Amino acid sequence: MSGGDDAGNAAPPTGPDTDGAPDADSNADSHADAAAVAPGSGSFGGVRAPGPLGAAAWTARELTGWARWSWRQLTSMRVALILLFLLALATVPGSLIPQRDANPLLVAEFKDRHATLGDLYERFQMFEVYSSVWFSAVYILLFVSLAGCIVPRTWQFAGQLRGRPPRAPRRLTRMPAYTSWRTARDPDDVLRAAHGLLRRGRFRTARAAGSVAAEKGYLREAGNLLFHGALIVLLLAFAAGQLYRSEGGKLVMAGGGFANTLIQYDDFRSGALFDAEDLEPFHFDLDEFHASFHRSGPDLGTPIDFRAEVTYWRAGDDEDEGREATIRVNHPLSVGDAKVYLIGHGFAPVVTVTDGQGEVAFGGPVPFLPQDSALTSSGVIKVTDYVNRDGEPDQLGFQGFFSPTFRLNAERGPHSSFPDPDDPVLTLTGYHGNLGLDSGIPQNVYQLNTRHLEQFTDGSGDPLRVNLRPGDSWELPDGRGTLTFEGYERWASFQISTPAANGWALAGSVGAVLGLTASLLIQRRRIWVRAVPDRDGPPGTTLVEMASLGRTESAKIPEELGDLAAALQAHAPPLPGPGDTPAEAAAAPGTSEKSVASSEMPAQPSAGHREGAVP
Amino acid sequence: MILAAEPGLADFGKLLVYSAMAVYTVAFLAYIAEWTFGSRSKVARTAAALGAGAPPGKPAAADGDAVRVTVRAAGGSTRVLTRPRVITRSATPARDGVPDGPGAAGGDERGDTYGRIAVSLTVLAFLLHAGGVLLRALAVQRAPWANMYEFSTTFSLVAVGGFLGFLAARRNVRWLGLPLVTTVLLDLGLAVTVLYTETDQLPPALQSIWLWVHVSLAIVCGAMFYLGMVATVAFLLRDRYEGRLADGGTPGRFSASVLERLPSSVSLDKFAYRINAVVFPLWTFTIIAGAIWAESAWGRYWGWDPKEVWSLITWLGYACYLHARATAGWRGRKAAYLAIAAFLCFLFNYYGVNMFVDDSLHSYAGVED
Ligand code: HEM
Repeated sequence: MSGGDDAGNAAPPTGPDTDGAPDADSNADSHADAAAVAPGSGSFGGVRAPGPLGAAAWTARELTGWARWSWRQLTSMRVALILLFLLALATVPGSLIPQRDANPLLVAEFKDRHATLGDLYERFQMFEVYSSVWFSAVYILLFVSLAGCIVPRTWQFAGQLRGRPPRAPRRLTRMPAYTSWRTARDPDDVLRAAHGLLRRGRFRTARAAGSVAAEKGYLREAGNLLFHGALIVLLLAFAAGQLYRSEGGKLVMAGGGFANTLIQYDDFRSGALFDAEDLEPFHFDLDEFHASFHRSGPDLGTPIDFRAEVTYWRAGDDEDEGREATIRVNHPLSVGDAKVYLIGHGFAPVVTVTDGQGEVAFGGPVPFLPQDSALTSSGVIKVTDYVNRDGEPDQLGFQGFFSPTFRLNAERGPHSSFPDPDDPVLTLTGYHGNLGLDSGIPQNVYQLNTRHLEQFTDGSGDPLRVNLRPGDSWELPDGRGTLTFEGYERWASFQISTPAANGWALAGSVGAVLGLTASLLIQRRRIWVRAVPDRDGPPGTTLVEMASLGRTESAKIPEELGDLAAALQAHAPPLPGPGDTPAEAAAAPGTSEKSVASSEMPAQPSAGHREGAVP
Repeated sequence: MILAAEPGLADFGKLLVYSAMAVYTVAFLAYIAEWTFGSRSKVARTAAALGAGAPPGKPAAADGDAVRVTVRAAGGSTRVLTRPRVITRSATPARDGVPDGPGAAGGDERGDTYGRIAVSLTVLAFLLHAGGVLLRALAVQRAPWANMYEFSTTFSLVAVGGFLGFLAARRNVRWLGLPLVTTVLLDLGLAVTVLYTETDQLPPALQSIWLWVHVSLAIVCGAMFYLGMVATVAFLLRDRYEGRLADGGTPGRFSASVLERLPSSVSLDKFAYRINAVVFPLWTFTIIAGAIWAESAWGRYWGWDPKEVWSLITWLGYACYLHARATAGWRGRKAAYLAIAAFLCFLFNYYGVNMFVDDSLHSYAGVED
């Protein structure tokens, strides 16, 4: 079945009796015909001529037959519906099972906890549902079906736009809305008036002997095609976006900067077709970072605003002609193709470490990562170029917390109670030994591998732990030098994205909404007016019949018919008397006259099929 | 405090919501009275229309039997036009002759009085309810839909507003009153107990014009989809009732009394379809607004976040429903099941994802754990 035809006999008005009937669908029957010609000799191939040539021809016919049959199935409304439903089902698991793309840690945790289930999920790509083979299969099939459906429908629609509204069916009584009356006016006069009326109502009209046909609401079909076409644009835009986009994160100290090249990123992800050459050339400095928080009320400690004040330069800009900008949540900075989003912030304690010889072995800010909303932050300080008191190379490692507003209690130990630095304290424990940096295994800068390290302890063997306020120094035990907490700086983390095809996605969405609105709110309907000398009435009377047929059931369509009929009655006043609705007699069951239903109105007047009549 | 959130106003708003609940409860009792008194009338019009006497598919007039139009001229004279009677056929022609039920009051005068009282009380409760939502908005100085308490109260407010709107437009929807007020009471009860959160400000990620568009539309869509769903459930019940009568069966006393008074299955189906069809483009736009917001907040317009996923599933569900209505063999009951499933997806997105799926970026639910 081609989509158009199928939708035709499928679309509303009237009749579960048309359901599934092969009726109007002329091309759905080649299968049955072929089978009838040569039963048992194959589905489509017909009679097989003797010899290899015959067999080859038969096979070819058989294959094309099956191919065409499959294509018709795929582009039928029913299969489209099933695929749509499958897509909805297939989308579900990804929201309930952790996804590797979104949160690899959760996936690892899940696999630890549920070993067998984890393996099973792994096998069925449940941890990456939205790029899995089965998910892709469903949506690709759906979109092939969609394309196979809208192309023929577009041609058909173009044909309808060029053609004229189809002639009135023989039996208007079978239409979804019908009315009739008798008048003393001449049939020609009535039709002329009706024609004028319909044209003024902006219908496309066509006159025939004894009747007028009119049609309106073509925008519905146009909207429907626009909607389905826009879905394809949207899908392609999304796919292109996935393939060409890139996205990376960078933590920048206040006062520091970032240049948009691959090596500067802390982490970087990109689509399969992304080219590093395409990175927008620009760099920026983070001049200042501001954060403000509620200091009272029920929302104590929740953020009010974050602002990153930056200066940026595009390729070719003079160094002293940077442009200033403010980046806030929801308000990224756009530079060419790239967008810079503010995604996080935190503190970096500034420490200076002197070694056993009194030389400065380390100095500078060390970013700590926030652990909670009050910005209790954890981090490590690694001192690699260090010599001890005896001049021997050694390494130092410190691990601890930075609390902007320090609190200490038994339950949580040292932590922060407010995200602003009201009482900043750096809490550290220390180690010396081998940091394991040259083992070749990449190390996380925020973690300390304590395997080959020895912890500083007090006299009784308990780990030493110190709380430092800005300016405080820690004499390391055994004359190993000092660690001074100089103060803190702020850092902000940014995500730099280079999206692709966003414009197309937006265009697709706008098209989809507009198309859908037209498609669902506009009624496409046909109206017929017939005026003929009344055979059953006194001579000189005319029987006027009006009927309308909509593509969907809408109360508006019969109402409109009523209005038009009332307007026409001004030109063709009804004669008093009984039987102003011959419909009831005509519609009585048992009559089996065929209706002449037009073939290309999408909504077949299935009333016409009620007794199995096939147009 | 930097932005003045006014706890006093919020408390007063909550008080108004409590008063609204009290009035809704009285309205609920009045609706019950309407149904109870209505059950005394014995109107078996459906059976008659489906019975052996009537020809199958005896057409019904489009707008009842109101074929006379009275035109009042400026001078004060009136003339009566006989409007042409339009005969209609639907997708289920066998049911076209089935008239709409008489409504909850069943033509009983006292029942009708109670029904009118119930509607008046619903209007009063709606006003109190609206006041409660408004005060909450004034108290927090922003649109009142940043957490589940605000979302729930606004949601039921819009649903009741939609119902009253249909009544004002003279739609045959008074039967909706009882199921609607029942669920509104449940929703508000949940809102003031489990979901209540103190006034709070929006975290920076939620401050955006697109939030406003996205969430307000989501509320409107949800409330209207809800009305559509109630009509769909009524359609399913009524359809089975009519089917049983058409097969010559005798339905139970309860359905004979209650379902007989509902509109016909054809009317219910149309009503539900029209709501869903009008809301669907709006829902599409809601998702797009959300995507635009996500793109400005997180740097990608679509990231398969659970909230996004479930709004897509809801969308696909309603698309299935609309498609089914245009597919041979899927209209009627099957399509109705799809519509209900789609609404359940909406509901899950609204409550379920907030409560059960914990790694969503949309973590603004504000429910204390
Ligand atoms: C991504 C998949 C699809 C979605 C989301 C979708 C959605 C929709 C929606 C919401 C409607 C209702 C609009 C209306 O009633 O005018 C509709 C109508 C329609 N769709 Fe689709 N569709 C999809 C795929 C398809 C496919 C694959 C076909 C072809 C077989 C198709 C054929 C049709 C037809 C013929 C109508 C018009 C029915 C009518 O006039 O009532 N659609 N579609």
